[in-house]
Amino acid sequence: MSDHATAPVTEPVTEPVTDPATSATESARREPLPGAAGSADGGAHDDKPYAGYLLGLADDAMVYAQRLGEWMTNAPQIEEDMALGNVALDLLGQARGLYPYIGSIDGTGRGEDDYAMLRDEREWRNVHLVEQERGDFADEMARLLWFSAYQVELHAGLTDSSDDIVAGVAGKALKEVRYHLDHASLWVVRLGDGTDESHARMQAALERVLPQLAELFDDDEASVLAAGLGVGVLPSTLHDAVVARVARVVEQATLTLPDGSRWRSRGGRSGIHSRPMGSLLAELQHIARSHPGATW
Amino acid sequence: MYGNDVIDPNEPLNAAETDAYEAAAEHDDQRDTVGDDFDALIAADQRIEPRDAMPDTYRETLIRQIAQHAHSEIIGMQPEGNWITRAPSLRRKAILIAKVQDEAGHGLYLYSAAETLGIDRQELLDRLHDGKQKYSSIFNYPTLTWADCGAIGWLVDGAAIMNQVPLCRCSYGPYARAMIRVCKEESFHQRQGFEILWNLMRGTEAQRAMAQDAADRWWWPALAMFGPPDTGDAAAKGGHTEQSMAWGIKRFANDDLRQKFVDMMVPQAEKLGIVLPDPQLRWNDERGHYDFGEIDWDEFWQVLRGDGPCNAERITHRRRAHDEGAWVREAANAYAAKHATTAEESAA
Repeated sequence: MSDHATAPVTEPVTEPVTDPATSATESARREPLPGAAGSADGGAHDDKPYAGYLLGLADDAMVYAQRLGEWMTNAPQIEEDMALGNVALDLLGQARGLYPYIGSIDGTGRGEDDYAMLRDEREWRNVHLVEQERGDFADEMARLLWFSAYQVELHAGLTDSSDDIVAGVAGKALKEVRYHLDHASLWVVRLGDGTDESHARMQAALERVLPQLAELFDDDEASVLAAGLGVGVLPSTLHDAVVARVARVVEQATLTLPDGSRWRSRGGRSGIHSRPMGSLLAELQHIARSHPGATW
Repeated sequence: MYGNDVIDPNEPLNAAETDAYEAAAEHDDQRDTVGDDFDALIAADQRIEPRDAMPDTYRETLIRQIAQHAHSEIIGMQPEGNWITRAPSLRRKAILIAKVQDEAGHGLYLYSAAETLGIDRQELLDRLHDGKQKYSSIFNYPTLTWADCGAIGWLVDGAAIMNQVPLCRCSYGPYARAMIRVCKEESFHQRQGFEILWNLMRGTEAQRAMAQDAADRWWWPALAMFGPPDTGDAAAKGGHTEQSMAWGIKRFANDDLRQKFVDMMVPQAEKLGIVLPDPQLRWNDERGHYDFGEIDWDEFWQVLRGDGPCNAERITHRRRAHDEGAWVREAANAYAAKHATTAEESAA
């Protein structure tokens, strides 16, 4: 991340990046991928039955990268075209870090493009939050604030994963998502404490994003299993820390954290998605699917 | 890089990989011998810096040229930017995002270089949005297939680099320094375009047809990027070339750069297996250059006047993004002003 555009916010809203956490990534990469050899026989790995959990993490990052990519040439200023492009690239990198590993432990041997380009909607495991259509800039900052706060807590937890590769990917991702959180926080504060119009728009965006949040903290079957093995983090345990992070930003922004919502999105982790997902996949996949077997 | 013995990764693919770039990038900008007189600096081939006195027409020419260049980078994000969501693999998607980001960055460098001449970015953007300043006409052509991303990188970025390497020695220091960095990044872009086409030409029949079709559509507009003829009979007709050369802004005639570009691209097309859409294209032993056919200058002027396939679309998109973001920029300014006041009060 390179860009914190326009006016600086004097007090950093999030803590500075202090933990490089690169050693885990490097040691994980030096060793052969566990299970990589075993995937040739086509059998799933009973000792690593948590591919479904990792697929949720990878798909969240992949789908949000796709949405953020839509901002390029559409952002409020050129600096923001670059910044949102950076966030998209980081998330895309996180997904690309996980997909081949998932392919090695789910017994299919699939590569990153098999996951991204050739799966139908019911096979995707991302939450509804990331698949929603691009709204206005306040909507995006509300989504990025919540999602990056969630990812900061998630990846901080995953750096202690009993799976070295997961810990390695999380160590690298943690550095990135701290910047994403910083970037979103700075904007939410500027918009909340900017003009009357921006305040109203930011408040409305915080309310619109509300129905998509509970799903981030749902303990679905795959995460219960992964957490039980010490590989994953139980989503419900992240809730309070994430809300606390967001609440601090919202308060500094002179906004109000809305409470409660009648509708709560659900089902993303088991492949039940909302209407925008089909169109997103059509756009993401159509060229790759139009040329079966082609390389690019 | 390409995993084969046909393409030598050390062989230059564009002008930024030649000695001309190295020489321009190392061009001596020490100026301790001739003082700060404009004419003396120009005569000594030394750089003019923002605080130096300069003729108004020199300043205006540079503002127009640098702004047009900056606008081209920003408008140039659109034809490829609309492929980000559709890139056919994750690797291609990542490269394309990075490339479009680079273009935004180039736009920012260039607006900053223009600002050293006493104008601000907002004023320049207003002139773009109002149609008072232009951007490169090449971006008024559509990107119809994925192969167009390859053709833009290979041909359009290749032509842009050919134009820009001499600008690394431009007499105006901030512009020259921006160009040194821009050319280095453009060189990567040109290579990625070549690599897209290389893979397509070694792919399925449909992929090869896609690559050939893109080259067919982009070849002539790329040649027109060097601008109208300005040598031989055309030299007498005027235009900007003569004055810009005297001021050390422009170093080579449009026609000379175009010829260098053709000479560089023809062997690359052969390596790719792409047939360039010009039946008159052949090596001329006597001249030591490739001969090529006549460019359709009527089309060039038509697109330049605003009547090309995408002129309206590009400006409408740009204006919409700018207008939709107005409330965000106002909020950022209001926040900054509010907190600057608070800081002053607490200091007092």
